Amino acid sequence: MKRIGVLALQGAVREHLLAIESSGAEGVPVKTVAELEGLDGLVLPGGESTTMRRLLDRYELLEPIRRKALDGLPVFGTCAGLILLAGTIVGYEEPHLGLMDIEVERNSFGRQVDSFEVSLVIEGVGADFPAVFIRAPHIVSVGPEVEVLATHEGRIVLARQGRFLGCSFHPELTDDHRVMQYFIDVCVKSKESSGVGSV
Amino acid sequence: MSNQITGTDRVKRGMAEMQKGGVIMDVVNAEQARIAEAAGAVAVMALERVPSDIRAAGGVARMADPRITEEVLAAVTIPVMAKARIGHITEARMLEAMGVDYIDESEVLTPADEEFHLLKHQFTVPFVCGNKDLGEAARRIGEGASMLRTKGEPGTGNIVEAVRHLRKLNAQVRKVIHMSEDELMTEAKNLGAPYHVLLEIKNLGRLPVVNFAAGGIATPADAALMMELGADGVFVGSGIFKSDNPEKFARAIVEATTHHRDYKLLVEISKDLGVPMKGIEISRLEAAERMQDRVL
Repeated sequence: MKRIGVLALQGAVREHLLAIESSGAEGVPVKTVAELEGLDGLVLPGGESTTMRRLLDRYELLEPIRRKALDGLPVFGTCAGLILLAGTIVGYEEPHLGLMDIEVERNSFGRQVDSFEVSLVIEGVGADFPAVFIRAPHIVSVGPEVEVLATHEGRIVLARQGRFLGCSFHPELTDDHRVMQYFIDVCVKSKESSGVGSV
Repeated sequence: MSNQITGTDRVKRGMAEMQKGGVIMDVVNAEQARIAEAAGAVAVMALERVPSDIRAAGGVARMADPRITEEVLAAVTIPVMAKARIGHITEARMLEAMGVDYIDESEVLTPADEEFHLLKHQFTVPFVCGNKDLGEAARRIGEGASMLRTKGEPGTGNIVEAVRHLRKLNAQVRKVIHMSEDELMTEAKNLGAPYHVLLEIKNLGRLPVVNFAAGGIATPADAALMMELGADGVFVGSGIFKSDNPEKFARAIVEATTHHRDYKLLVEISKDLGVPMKGIEISRLEAAERMQDRVL
């Protein structure tokens, strides 16, 4: 069984662990560098990206996660996790993990009163996916290696670059676990057959 | 055409889910808001006065001057919450119009209505409400609250009431989960709780919304204790900006909340924080001074 970690410093950790278990893998909360060992994949959950960054720095987790990811660990980021994955963040000089060749903009759909849910069609996943956007970021532009999997009103909201998957919305807040299943089946499992280095 | 919908339960409750494991800090201006954000707060609560100052000042406590709320909204990128008086429909609508991310319908302010809370389902903005037990918690959820917090006794620096409220709520939730379904209607009657909310709790095996600790958290150890007892996160009101070194204190509370069972770390971060709030013995409060008993 695949072991998928969920960064558990803050945010929607429980929901991701449930989604992982429902997708036939083992979910493991990760709070320390030691807990990064032996994982087949890592989820960066929704939460507050500024808070998570502060805690990643405080516990010296940023570099170990980046090294593991560059060494071949598949990573899936939702909302705040997408911001952590992005190579460029609009209005900021430095990225966080900077693993994906994408540019993201924070809170780009507005404040909480503008938060919404909508049904999406997702490439490789299917139709009628209930997507919950909460003070969500969106992907402004993507590099040549990045595959766009979903858009909403012309904005990119889900993209994949090899073993990395980044998402504006919160698939973990619904009972539809198809995006998590996609991460496990496509990003985690394809890594074995094709070897490391698709990114 | 887009089929997107705002203000759904999933969107409103989901926003609070994203705050889990975090600390929400009371601030009275932009500078404090920036300190809170830099320390790792997941949100700030914009207020005119922190609860201990409201206690000291006496008189009627109302929604903050909109200028303060707007100043805080402009100063940080994390979510901004603000307090409206219990039952004050217009204050709540004004906060919603300002674009506040969450409204606390709060007993810390003087109630505008001593009988009825807001019908929070009618708003697009989500609400957090206080509770002392499952009856109150379920009534607030029934009215549309998307997040709960213990009432505790605000502005006292005394954790005892928050502990009492969280333990009681959790014990009552456990009881409902294990009850047979034919006992649920009588339990609803006994608690004064809407039946459908108790049924939802039973079916989910937990509360349908997150529940933070609030009211009397004065040290990092207090924050860690509330997490140990099962809180989803903590609100810290008067404690931070009444301390000698707010930056250091704020960081310590955030770390204590994240790593509430790392006792060696708690020892380190609790050193040299200066004098905490003096605190008030609850039994010394007059009945009229007990904020937790306002509108149940």
